[in-house]
Amino acid sequence: MKVLLALKVNGEEREVVVPVHKTLLEVLREDLYLTGTKHGCELGECGTCTVLVDGEPVLSCLALPIECQGREIKTVEGMAAGSELHPLQQAFAELGAAQCGYCTPGILLTAEALLAGNQAPTRDEVRQALAGNLCRCTGYTKILDAVELAALRMKAPAGAGAARVPAS
Amino acid sequence: MRKERFSIVGQSLPKIDAWAKVVGETRYADDLVLPRMAHGKLLRSPHAHALIKRIDTSRARALPGVYAVITGRDLPRVKFGILPVSQDEEALCVDKVRMVGDAVAAVAAVDEETAERATELIEVEYVLLRALMSIEESLGHPEARIHEYGDGPNVHKAVSLQFGDVEAAFGEADLVREDVFYFEGNTHLPMEQHAAVAQWGADGKLTLWSSTQTPHYVHRLLAKILDLPQPHIRVIAAPVGGGFGGKLDPFAHEIVACKLSQLTGRPVKITLTREEVFYVHRGRHPVLMWIKTGFKKDGAITGMHFRSWLDGGAYGSYGVASTFYTGALQTVTYKIPVYKFEGARVFTNKPPCGPKRGHGTPQPRFAVECQLDKAAEQLGLDPADMRRRILAEPFTKTANHLTVTTTGLGECIDRVVEASGWRQKFGRLPRGRGIGIACSSYLTGAGSAIYWNDMPHSGVVVRADRSGLVAVLSGATDIGQGSDSILAYLVAEVLGIEPKDIRVHPADTDLTPVDLGSYSSRVTLMAGNAAIQAAERLRDRIFTAVAKKLEVETGTLVARDRRVFVEDDAERGVSFPEAVALGESMFGVLAFPGSYAPPKRAGKYKGGGVGPSPCYSYTACVVEVDVDTETGEVKPTEVWVAHDVGRALNPLLVEGQVEGSIYMGLGEALMEEQVFRKGVHKIPSLLEYKSPTTLETPEIHTILVETDDPEGPFGAKEAGQGPLLPVIPAVANAVHSAIGVRIDEIPISPDKVVRALELKRQGKAPRVGPDKLPLFTFPAPKVIESAFGEPAAGIAERPFAS
Repeated sequence: MKVLLALKVNGEEREVVVPVHKTLLEVLREDLYLTGTKHGCELGECGTCTVLVDGEPVLSCLALPIECQGREIKTVEGMAAGSELHPLQQAFAELGAAQCGYCTPGILLTAEALLAGNQAPTRDEVRQALAGNLCRCTGYTKILDAVELAALRMKAPAGAGAARVPAS
Repeated sequence: MRKERFSIVGQSLPKIDAWAKVVGETRYADDLVLPRMAHGKLLRSPHAHALIKRIDTSRARALPGVYAVITGRDLPRVKFGILPVSQDEEALCVDKVRMVGDAVAAVAAVDEETAERATELIEVEYVLLRALMSIEESLGHPEARIHEYGDGPNVHKAVSLQFGDVEAAFGEADLVREDVFYFEGNTHLPMEQHAAVAQWGADGKLTLWSSTQTPHYVHRLLAKILDLPQPHIRVIAAPVGGGFGGKLDPFAHEIVACKLSQLTGRPVKITLTREEVFYVHRGRHPVLMWIKTGFKKDGAITGMHFRSWLDGGAYGSYGVASTFYTGALQTVTYKIPVYKFEGARVFTNKPPCGPKRGHGTPQPRFAVECQLDKAAEQLGLDPADMRRRILAEPFTKTANHLTVTTTGLGECIDRVVEASGWRQKFGRLPRGRGIGIACSSYLTGAGSAIYWNDMPHSGVVVRADRSGLVAVLSGATDIGQGSDSILAYLVAEVLGIEPKDIRVHPADTDLTPVDLGSYSSRVTLMAGNAAIQAAERLRDRIFTAVAKKLEVETGTLVARDRRVFVEDDAERGVSFPEAVALGESMFGVLAFPGSYAPPKRAGKYKGGGVGPSPCYSYTACVVEVDVDTETGEVKPTEVWVAHDVGRALNPLLVEGQVEGSIYMGLGEALMEEQVFRKGVHKIPSLLEYKSPTTLETPEIHTILVETDDPEGPFGAKEAGQGPLLPVIPAVANAVHSAIGVRIDEIPISPDKVVRALELKRQGKAPRVGPDKLPLFTFPAPKVIESAFGEPAAGIAERPFAS
């Protein structure tokens, strides 16, 4: 059975006609071509497919889009303001927090939700927030560093927390 | 070389693809969508060992939305495998399945769901055979042969090499130890599930996009498997979402996608489920090891005899190489004057093992370093000081004829001892807390290709034109380690431009020169040297043209800051695009090749097909742990690693490789295991297969040591694999220092720790580990004189050097 869904994704109103059991992950990737959202298990175990729904991290592989109507869905494609990267994106790129990059979108969005509620998280709080997102490349160290750097810059944007590497 | 000489090398720059990755722009294989694309699914065997009696696909074919259904009978009847000596795989099994997960049929359909439903409608009749699930079972049941080839019933490979008289060496020792260790298998677990998209054009030519670490080998093998001329096949490597060795073989889904595309006239995509990824595997071999070593009172090693038994799983894969690797690098770390190695790989009805980060060497490294720790304790020596005294000498040969060039291991040990507070901590921490040390070495690129040939291992073309554009064409694959960025840095350094001025194109067998692939820590050194050669050839032409224009000698020119100018008179010069235009005016099209193959060393014995490398990286690791004596849980609290990387071309990327290696090593040491029950994977999911999260990964301290190796590009050695090796034994040694028990078996899971503590309480030997060895007769050894201590031989030949 197909249904007509009205979804608000990254601030845009989108309509899709999809089988009712299709997951949010599948609709984002296959019907809206927002392939920035990745999948690692499709069982809700790895955090790779995390998107924000009304600002909260949600595993899109376990979410049904029909439940997301009328809510704000945000994917990695919606993080930058035009060509201006979100401070988290900037910090992840500068500090080498994305190696293969496959877990990166889910981690960026989870971190964005964390920083929205906690401007100056401790390292342990960052660890707790990201505990549901697996990364096999980085050993998490540079991810934690990047979240901390982004938090610093977002709190006091005027030149504070200069990266030890220049943006190119 | 002084650091100031460099403009780009040595700087912590962002990767060139970092920006695409943080905005979700990078398109991995499963992100590719083509018009009219069909979706494929494989039907896999639920039995570990069975004959296929009958396959009926009629019901699947009748399902609406199904475009094609195939079995092995629709493919050319050729077996294949990554190594020429192990051609034992079929994309779709025809007569027999050898593991749960062997593919037997495949479907292409309008969508994934329809394809999956169709696979459920395929009827397969099996005749079950005895499933052999361990080395003992396979050796004990020669009548139930898994393959008809090999070095004996269910023995894939048996090897024996002897370098000098080990028995005499044991006679000279003050202490001779024999120890037995076991290392359970584990898997790569890349976050990206393998995916492939195939498009068989109406012109009869095939294009395959795949998440592969070795587009060249896939290209070669597809021609054989599909019986198609290789020039009619194009393989394009998609960005790989994590490899670690798991995407190094040609896989059934790649081959099947091609065939289904041919039959349907549509592009076909197949993406594996996470469960399928666990079954295609090719990960860490379970290895049982026996090691006998003679020690002098001061810890010096008189000789070593090492035996390994590998549980290979159902197919050959890289297994012959893996077998040799369990015995190849023992001699590279410490002085071992004489050495004997015997190894055997046994087939079992489990997913095939293959290369995972460190390929065949983490297991013996665990055994060697734990035995050293035991010997140090017995001899009353500090384990760090003892290691420090017995290091392999730079620019010498090992017993098994491997050539060591630079080694910074002494400095690595000093640095981790200092940083960790080893002197204040070892033997002085309260019960339950402990600290352990271990060291290692690893190759920087395998000395031999997988198939014998005299051609380059890496080729690079650097092209420039009047716009100032510089394009780097390389067949190497960036699997997240940043190898494309490294090529950009090296070319930028030579040409005096910025990495951003350079485009590095993905491996594409139509467009990029052959590179053997992203394995054996070879890309930075091999593709890097080729890139430098190509860039220097381009720079030479540009300099000739600019020199003529400026009426100066070429030797007076330098390329720096996006200009070409007279070094002593910076005002005299031209911009880089102008310089290229001058070159193009004088020489025509500017496109220059670089080629690299490892040096051919002088000397009679070449060190075998596995083990030789242009140079070796070195690592020392200290781990501090907290052990909960109630639950047996081991919590690593801090890790210090010093890694001799030759030269850090980009310290940020090297740190990233070291941190990732440590993380992966901790996972293997403490929790990860690929284990089976009744032929079926016990835990084929990301929830149940335990891997460290942010909560289990401790603070990591990385120290980079530079030795400026003459073989490396600007002195660089590898960093992607070596740093994993010492982490595992360092954890085991730290556990012993914390609670006085030996866990001689990986992973060091809580149940083993509790069992060892219980044995200790009962006054028994406080050790958990294997105590039985298989009844197995190794072949008579190939006896070769030890080359230990000989000066590094001259280079017989440097292919393509000029």
